[in-house]
Amino acid sequence: MTPNAEDLLGRGAREGGDLFRSWFDRLTSAATQGEKAAYVFVMGSLAEILRTFDLHTVFPEINSLQTAVRRVADEYLNQAEDHGFSPDVCGYVKADYALQLRGGEHPMGRIPPPAIAVLTNACNTYLKWAEIWERMYRIPVVTVDVPGSREAPGRRSQSAEDVERDRRYVEYQLRELIGRLEALTGRAFDVDRLREVLDLTNRMGRAWRGVLGLNRSKPAVFDAMMEGTIYLGVANALRGTEEGAIYFERLMEEMAYKSKHGISPLLAGKDEHRLIFVGVPCYPIFRRFYQLFSEWGGVYVSSTYTWFASGGLNLDFEYDLTRPLESLAEGVLLSVQRAGDSMLFHDRYLIDSIDEFEADGVVYHPIKSCRTVSTGLADSRRVVLSERDVLCLYIESDMMDKRVVSEAQLKNRIDAFFEGLESRQIRKSRDASGATTTPTIA
Amino acid sequence: MSEAPSIQRGSEPMRLLDLPYGQGLDPVLAECREILEDPDFPTVRRWREAGGKVLGHFQVYFPEELAHACGILPVKLRGAQVEREQADSRFGSYLCSILRSSLELAISGRITVDMFVTHPICDAARNLAGIWGRNRPEKAQILYLPQNPNSAFSATWLTQEYRRVLGDLEEIAGRTASDEDIRRALDVFNENRRLLRELYALKRDSPWLLPVHEAYALVAMAGLVTREEHNEVLRWAIPRIEERDRRRQDKIRVVFEGGFCEQPPFDLLRAISEFCYVVDDDLLIGLRWILSDVPTEGDPVRNLAVAYLDDSSYSPVQHDLRKPKERMLLARIDEAGASAAIVAAAKMCEPGLDEQVAYAEALDERGIPYFVTEFEERMSSFDHLQIQLETFVENILFD
Repeated sequence: MTPNAEDLLGRGAREGGDLFRSWFDRLTSAATQGEKAAYVFVMGSLAEILRTFDLHTVFPEINSLQTAVRRVADEYLNQAEDHGFSPDVCGYVKADYALQLRGGEHPMGRIPPPAIAVLTNACNTYLKWAEIWERMYRIPVVTVDVPGSREAPGRRSQSAEDVERDRRYVEYQLRELIGRLEALTGRAFDVDRLREVLDLTNRMGRAWRGVLGLNRSKPAVFDAMMEGTIYLGVANALRGTEEGAIYFERLMEEMAYKSKHGISPLLAGKDEHRLIFVGVPCYPIFRRFYQLFSEWGGVYVSSTYTWFASGGLNLDFEYDLTRPLESLAEGVLLSVQRAGDSMLFHDRYLIDSIDEFEADGVVYHPIKSCRTVSTGLADSRRVVLSERDVLCLYIESDMMDKRVVSEAQLKNRIDAFFEGLESRQIRKSRDASGATTTPTIA
Repeated sequence: MSEAPSIQRGSEPMRLLDLPYGQGLDPVLAECREILEDPDFPTVRRWREAGGKVLGHFQVYFPEELAHACGILPVKLRGAQVEREQADSRFGSYLCSILRSSLELAISGRITVDMFVTHPICDAARNLAGIWGRNRPEKAQILYLPQNPNSAFSATWLTQEYRRVLGDLEEIAGRTASDEDIRRALDVFNENRRLLRELYALKRDSPWLLPVHEAYALVAMAGLVTREEHNEVLRWAIPRIEERDRRRQDKIRVVFEGGFCEQPPFDLLRAISEFCYVVDDDLLIGLRWILSDVPTEGDPVRNLAVAYLDDSSYSPVQHDLRKPKERMLLARIDEAGASAAIVAAAKMCEPGLDEQVAYAEALDERGIPYFVTEFEERMSSFDHLQIQLETFVENILFD
């Protein structure tokens, strides 16, 4: 039966919120019951393997950003800074450090302590972060080293032999991880269960890429920064689960409907300015940050955040279920590489996306907390501007620390950006209509 | 046309330094400082003018033996005190200085390299290959050194990765490097490591003969000249340092931690040495990363990879379960017979700042006094630091 528009529209946001809350409820229950949890990160969560051992997955990045969205991050940051952490280090790390000191107390429930930490080298802060848990809890920490791209894609392509060499390295480490998990849980690894989980991730990935692609529609069907962040939360928390796969398949249905009927996320009557977001959102004023753009008709048609923070799920790759572990290694390698490229070498991808999504502008949002994402943005902007006729906005703040978020300054810059976009649009439409103006002396 | 300089193949390596050996130790050390602080890299310029190829590698560690075996001069890029006229526009805020100044050196043409290599030592430095590649025509790449050295496969993978980089170096050099070439390079670098250990032992055992800033100037030359020439410098300098007529003073013995990447200004080190004997440190630790001789028998590239993983020092930017940093720092303090530590970090250096917390906790637990500070390579005033340090030292001395 085809659902009606009333059921469909906004369903992704509603269901995403519900799923997210029940995921936090399960974590709270795990903390209460003393069930084992694995601490993981969004880039290379290895959820597929952890699910086969029925371990809860805790994403400290998500926990931390939720403290900012719920406007209590400053309490956590201050507590960590009282313990010696510098104001200049990652706010996610500091919020999590304080959360651990508070016995897992979190605005969305209670976070269980780690029984193991599993991470990749996709971000160096992951390594420093895991070292904190290692010291606090004396837990096993397993780093899966995933070699990234050595150069900008296109400057030199990796040979098949290079990829296979890296893939074997990752596979070996995955086998070592499985050994650690067997020891931790007292259970034998079940390759058939892995196949099931991989299949579910395949389903989720397929729908995720479909959803992202539907934003090529005019008007766009969702805001890749605001709603995209809700979808990202589900993509990470429920990766490799039935409910996660179904969620994205239903989301795909909603977006296809919106695309077919030209339904925009903007308020009625607004003409859209199609934008690409580069970086991490400003969580301390998340909704307001979104409004600063949407009030002008700005809609994010694409966002690098949906690339790297999904752990590269945007990459068109599906696990081969006939050789699950080998294929998982390949998937981890390629998707983490893609996530890395989306942060370190993203200029080519951005230029391609400007064309693909017919974007009018690019908004760079470097932040104090994350140097992986932010270091190269000013230089990327220089290159993008030299290759495409778009407007770029470069605004700095933070994803956690409201002390470096100045709403008034942001608004000034954003308003000026849109004034530029609008006058450019007027100029373009005048040029297109062939109208000429008579010069006047004022 | 004269032949391009080559480090290997039996010929005498080209001399890049013109040190006033005839005038004694102090003028030689002063000249080392001059060269170290010269943002125009005169030794590298000399090498290039003679047609030599240059590899520029960013902090912390690079297997320089591979470049040496190809006849390429490996140059350690460690920033500089330069006006950042162009590089700042390529970066945002909240970043350390060494990234910016290293790029400035290249964009401004103060140094020219034939290949640039950075490492994912931190979230900022891993971006440098992309930024460099967008601003400079030469090859700019990342060398991934394993962050899971505890995997039984990491040595095999790293050996293959070193072979890949060797291929790139051979392409630049226009020649292949045989295993024999690599073994010869290992011999030269083993000698260098032995001499550096000797220098550090001297600084540890008789710190009044060799203050930290002078040792630093001598060590840093390794990143600017051929290792053969650096060996000559050390062979000449060490006995002369031992013969110095200097009186032991009542200074506390400290370990300086936090100089693994961005380097503190020379004068900051000199200011520290006015109050303390720095008996060990992690300044330019990449040059001293491998702790003993790398075997030359068997596969020399694998030996180099294994040494990186299993016979190496520590730093906040390498994650190795066998080497918890705070325990390594305590061991460094014990082995050097130090009674206190200076726990420094470059401004905006996330790994260094993160580690300060763990270091402070471990030092508190052991009851070892420590002094926490931040620095920047561009600092030029040290009055405030000197007052703080003096107070710290007095507190210990009169406790």
